[in-house]
Amino acid sequence: MELQAVLMAAGGGSRMTDLTFNNPKPMLPVGNKPLVWYPLNLLERVGFEEVIVITTKEVNKMMSTDPKIKDVKIKLDVVCIQEDGDMGTADALRHIHQKIKSDILVVSCDLITDVALHEVVDLFRAHNATVAMLMSKAHEFTEIVPGQKGKKKTAEQRDFVGVDQSSKRLLFMANEADLEDGLSIRKSIMRKHPRMHLKTGLVDAHLYCLKKAVVDFLTENKSISSIRGELVPYLVRKQFSKTTDSHKVKEDAEDQNQKKSDCSTNHEILISSRDEPLLQLSQERSCWNDHHGDMSEAYHGGKLRCYVHIMDQGLCFRANTIPAYMEANRLTPKLFEEPAVHPSAVISDRCQMGSDSIIGALSQVADKTSIKRSTIGNSTTIKEKVKVTNSIIMHGVTIEEGCNIQSSVICSNVVIGRGADLKHCLVGSGQQIDSDAERNNEVIVGTDQLMEI
Amino acid sequence: MRSHHHHFAVSTDGPDKNDDVERAKCEGKEMTKEEKQRLRKEKKQQKKSKEKKDDAASQESEKGKKSDGKSSPASQPLPKPTTQKAPSAVPAPAPFPMPASEAPAPADKPAKSKAELKAERRARQEADRASKQGSKKGEVGPQASAGKPKAPPSELQPVVKRLPEHMQVDNPDVLKKLAKKLERQQIPLRLDYGYKVSLFSHLHQYSRKAPLTQQLSIPSTVIHPAIVRLGLQYSQGIVAGSNARSVALLHAFKQVISDYTTPPNEELSRDLVNKLKPYISFLNQCRPLSASMGNAIKYIKKEISNIPSQCKEEEAKRKLLNCIECYINEKIILAAKAIAKYSIEKISDGDVILVYGCSSLVNHILCEAFEKAIKFHVIVVDSRPRLEGREALRRLVQRGISCTYVLISAVSYILPEVSKVFLGAHALLANGYVMSRVGTSQIALVAKAFNVPVLVCCETYKFCDRVQTDSFVSNELDDPDDLIVTRKGKTQLEDWQQVDSLGLLNLVYDVTPPDFVDLVITDLGMIPCTSVPVVLRVKNVDQ
Repeated sequence: MELQAVLMAAGGGSRMTDLTFNNPKPMLPVGNKPLVWYPLNLLERVGFEEVIVITTKEVNKMMSTDPKIKDVKIKLDVVCIQEDGDMGTADALRHIHQKIKSDILVVSCDLITDVALHEVVDLFRAHNATVAMLMSKAHEFTEIVPGQKGKKKTAEQRDFVGVDQSSKRLLFMANEADLEDGLSIRKSIMRKHPRMHLKTGLVDAHLYCLKKAVVDFLTENKSISSIRGELVPYLVRKQFSKTTDSHKVKEDAEDQNQKKSDCSTNHEILISSRDEPLLQLSQERSCWNDHHGDMSEAYHGGKLRCYVHIMDQGLCFRANTIPAYMEANRLTPKLFEEPAVHPSAVISDRCQMGSDSIIGALSQVADKTSIKRSTIGNSTTIKEKVKVTNSIIMHGVTIEEGCNIQSSVICSNVVIGRGADLKHCLVGSGQQIDSDAERNNEVIVGTDQLMEI
Repeated sequence: MRSHHHHFAVSTDGPDKNDDVERAKCEGKEMTKEEKQRLRKEKKQQKKSKEKKDDAASQESEKGKKSDGKSSPASQPLPKPTTQKAPSAVPAPAPFPMPASEAPAPADKPAKSKAELKAERRARQEADRASKQGSKKGEVGPQASAGKPKAPPSELQPVVKRLPEHMQVDNPDVLKKLAKKLERQQIPLRLDYGYKVSLFSHLHQYSRKAPLTQQLSIPSTVIHPAIVRLGLQYSQGIVAGSNARSVALLHAFKQVISDYTTPPNEELSRDLVNKLKPYISFLNQCRPLSASMGNAIKYIKKEISNIPSQCKEEEAKRKLLNCIECYINEKIILAAKAIAKYSIEKISDGDVILVYGCSSLVNHILCEAFEKAIKFHVIVVDSRPRLEGREALRRLVQRGISCTYVLISAVSYILPEVSKVFLGAHALLANGYVMSRVGTSQIALVAKAFNVPVLVCCETYKFCDRVQTDSFVSNELDDPDDLIVTRKGKTQLEDWQQVDSLGLLNLVYDVTPPDFVDLVITDLGMIPCTSVPVVLRVKNVDQ
């Protein structure tokens, strides 16, 4: 077996807590499909037959009852982990390492993309890489986040990504938060790759192809808990460390004593592959080199290689913040050719529906309503003379007559009284908005949610 | 009576032979009325001369039944009556090997008894030889064929050779056949790219940006992952060079064999060969197979078919892996050592040696010569778009050899200073022509004009029994976009496809006639170019 797919669906959605309080992130509806359906669909389209899903019990229960997930033909091997446990993605991999028998493809549940996956996997295969990942040019989200007071934007920590001239080989990766006093690049990197492109406008899609040896390495190094935060930068750094001797290692301050012994064995693990001498012979006889101008052989003799595929066209983003989530709802219906209005929905004739709105199953929309650029979920009732613009309405919502809803996110099972006027609001699940209420730029949630710290 | 039969048989020999020759030639086509009539006449004649033709005829009939059954149903009734009337003295020649790629050789039917026995013996020999040769490059045995209009080529005479598919790309029938075959093997078809120059429109031209993996499922189940990886490395040029490609191929086959398990009710010797066929098609689609790879594949297939059926699977696998190791060791590593030994005799102090491109063997020779403390200087000639000479230059300079680097446009300027030219080869053809990287024949030509000796170094496993006198008939077209270069931010040829009258041609190989080559250094010794067929014959007899 060549690759095993692992879907990480246990994340809490820490960057959109308002939304994820009652709905776990993997099950948030995007275009009337649960968020986790998108990576599953990607894997299924590409040809995977089964996937290991790491998730919580609650999400698992919801997934087993969701009709869209039941439609998915790919076989789900669900592994449940504790919800409140502080498990990072690397910890989760360590948890399932018994199941892993070959190289793995790790996908995050909030990835929505139409990438040609073979581009990433081809890098992994052709160069015998240790890790191959997917990145995309960042997409500026212009949505105003409901509930945000003023225009203050939280400074997103930038990611610095250094690639070589061909933009395939990953040379440097660090987050601004880790760079205390400036960005320093080791001389060994500069000597081997004199031309490096540093990019800050890239979005990490959290899609990684990892060699099996890396998973074995994780089981021995229990201190690494996050793939993105710790494992990948570590591997990128290790590409250029001096090689596999037991004596050496003066480079990083992090390579402390307890890790030193680990390091040497880990290098051996990372490097060994079946029938190495023939591969070596073939490489020696081949007249190919990945760089020109210096005296070293292909890959500078390094066995650890990290590659990245940078998408410049096409859709690729992670719906892990509220603006991204709202953008996702608008863009995803275009990905699939499904009818905008579900066949079981009852739409009256005198309703104006824009072309980029979608309406879910069993919904009812009455006369004289106007729905533009919005997503209406399943089993939702919208009465007369309602105007819904640029909003996301989840399942089971009742909107009484005369309401006006703009740029808002209404979670499931909400009742909005008649004549209410909501602009840029986020209404949590199960809430009730009084009639004739006027809310602007507010987050309306229950008191128990407010009590959550 | 006898003499009458004899006479009668002799007189019918002529038309008989013609008939049969014609039949062999038009095997598979619809039999016309006249042919059917002729066959009926033959039937009658055969009935009358059956005593003399007993053995040969029954053998023929068996052969005829097997292959005729596919192509010419009209000849079916022919063999039956002869076998019915055959006296019981005829032992059923059951142990006669029945390779299905046989077409009957009715031309082997002389009436005279001596000639008949001779022919019978000859037929048996050739069938044996043919069964050992297995599948030739580009010619799929009829077991794997579906819907082939023409009969498989006869290994016996008359030899009707079919052109391999990869040289007939402009023939839509051949393409359809290929598509059907690939569909059956569940391998995606790679589409040609870009405008092809008319002289080479009969060859495939693929784009590197459209790899075959686009159409495969990602955890590849149909094709072994090692083969997918190999195909990718071939198409992206990561593994390039005849020796490297063969070694990588054998390495991948080792992994395939280690991961192989015999399905129930199947024999390893037959099933494993069938498993390898789609992989070879896949690799062919990624990049056309080289002659060395073809020979390696033939060797492996032969080894697999020779596994006795009572051999246990583990032992069989171990034996095969061992065979592969031996093959690589013998034909590549030791051969390189032997060739280096012979070549070093030809290198003397103060020599200026010219090499072209990056040949792993020539580099090895030069490094070995340097180790023996011979003082020489190397001139590396390079050419676009591959610019492989840079890699050769790096390897030589790393060892400490003093080198000069020029492009091929300067070759006539530096040749007066050169004392010898060492060239590597991709394959050596049966008529003595050397197939090598494009540009080699030019260098050989100019060297001849300057009276500089040209030595070609080639291992024997690259010898191939194809015959070619020009570089057009069979070649490889690389990605035309490789010729596009960006200088100072401007890419002039970016939209070359829009210009109707413009075609980009990126040839990979060319053939050098033996008149320009003074010596071929192989692991069997130093031979003149024209002795290649002798080596091939010796090799075939050995095997």
